[in-house]
Amino acid sequence: MSELLFDPSTGLRHDGRKPDEMRPVKMSVGVLPNAQGSALVEFGKTKVVAAVYGPREALPRFMTLPDRAILRVRYHMAPFSTKERKSPAPSRREIELSKVIREALEAAVISELYPKTTIDVFIEVLQADGGTRTAGVTAASLALADAGIPMRDLVAGVAVGKVGGVLVLDIDEFEDSKGEADMPVAMMPGLDKIVLLQLNGRLTRDEFKKGIEMARNAIKTIYVLQKQALREKYEKEGEA
Amino acid sequence: MSITPSNYQLVPTIRKDYILSLLKDGKRVDGRGPSDVRPISIITNYVPRADGSAYVKLGETIVLTGVKIEPGAPYPDNPSEGVLIVNAEFVPLASPLFEPGPPDENAYELARVIDRSFRESKAINLSKLGIVPGKKVMVLWTDIYVLNHNGNLIDASAISTLAALLTTKVPKVVINGEQVILEKSSDNEFLEVNKKVVTATVAKIGSYLVVDPNDEEESIADVRLSVSFDEHGEIVGLQKSGMGFITSGELDNMVDLAWRAANIYLKEINEQLAAQLSKPREEKEVIIEKLPVEKPSVDEESVEEGQEEEKQIED
Repeated sequence: MSELLFDPSTGLRHDGRKPDEMRPVKMSVGVLPNAQGSALVEFGKTKVVAAVYGPREALPRFMTLPDRAILRVRYHMAPFSTKERKSPAPSRREIELSKVIREALEAAVISELYPKTTIDVFIEVLQADGGTRTAGVTAASLALADAGIPMRDLVAGVAVGKVGGVLVLDIDEFEDSKGEADMPVAMMPGLDKIVLLQLNGRLTRDEFKKGIEMARNAIKTIYVLQKQALREKYEKEGEA
Repeated sequence: MSITPSNYQLVPTIRKDYILSLLKDGKRVDGRGPSDVRPISIITNYVPRADGSAYVKLGETIVLTGVKIEPGAPYPDNPSEGVLIVNAEFVPLASPLFEPGPPDENAYELARVIDRSFRESKAINLSKLGIVPGKKVMVLWTDIYVLNHNGNLIDASAISTLAALLTTKVPKVVINGEQVILEKSSDNEFLEVNKKVVTATVAKIGSYLVVDPNDEEESIADVRLSVSFDEHGEIVGLQKSGMGFITSGELDNMVDLAWRAANIYLKEINEQLAAQLSKPREEKEVIIEKLPVEKPSVDEESVEEGQEEEKQIED
């Protein structure tokens, strides 16, 4: 591993990846027996697990809505997930990310089917190496599908970054901390709709357009892997 | 935990239909066109006791931002640079929807979006705000206070933050043995601002796009995109909010509309501040702080908390 973010002579990143190369992605569905739906998603060293409980009765009841289910989403990092121990109390960052992830999932979940109930989505980052929110939203939508909750489409996400002036896909923590930009994007890939978009950093209009295109292509690949992971779970159940 | 808000539909369906029927003809409920922003007025030095402040009205949305400079611990990766910390309070007098208590997710989101835009664009020259490298630097506590919520708090807050920082005066530093003394007076220099940064928000209602949404428009909008720009047009922050989605075609239009609105904001800020920049600071203030012996804390959250050390303030 080199200390150089991007080596122009080889065209490779610090971990040897090409600019548009993702880290190895692993997904498995139905990993937590108690939850209605669950999924584990890994992007390189980033490891995130998501679980869905519901639709179930919401308490206190005044929180519920008469015409749809409410969504309750928590994005949380395990204290041991980061380089230095992170306090388990929710940080400002986790509160914000819980909101943007909830809003991304709201676009997909057909909540009108379950009025007066709650659908609870819990995301735990087990190991953080960049791109945890996009891995989290990818895992959450798998868990929702695993729970059998009707959705308009799955949600898949990836972060595009800029390091040493070059746009790169699926940035890790080193690239995030030393680079110029981190743009997490999540979409409903089958419908070509953006449901999560943030930018921490600087991009020109042109780089922004290219970055979105880069994310869109990667998200299509992640989408294929998501469907494969769902199919695998049910194939295994069929064999048992 | 983030929960679907129960007040997400404040506008009756009949009103929503009316707003949509107007939008079809390119009109809006308050008489604006889709790409018009509301009138802006900026009063800087509104709170003379603050080191910088700005009272901003965007239509009927009112935001007051105050900057207080205090000595504090630096970030470990930038031991000799000052620290910018943005915080937002949605105080209950601003809206029937706001409750007293700790900030909710909306306040955190707003503060973090503005914080990121200013930080990532390196809008503020923090390099001259060091006091004792690795130990003490000046901390720019930027507190956004929403006084009246009539929609698009984020654009108003960003304008107010920029105007407050542009009119912030940096105290003189005197180091006397174990003591750090910050002397604040009207003769002090303005904070160095490298570039102006504004945030412009576009809302999508049905299939229509409008800039600077008011509260009615905001509550029926499917989605909002806030785009932060520096004055040269580089994108220095993005935040999608709301439960809907954005298509690729819409995304380009939204960024275009946001850039147009950002230019209006920048023009207003430049014009209105030019006349106000010479106002003096009325009160003198001296802050005396002992140099710390302990190692500065490491993670971001603890740096923020680490600032709350005891200090003496002499008026």
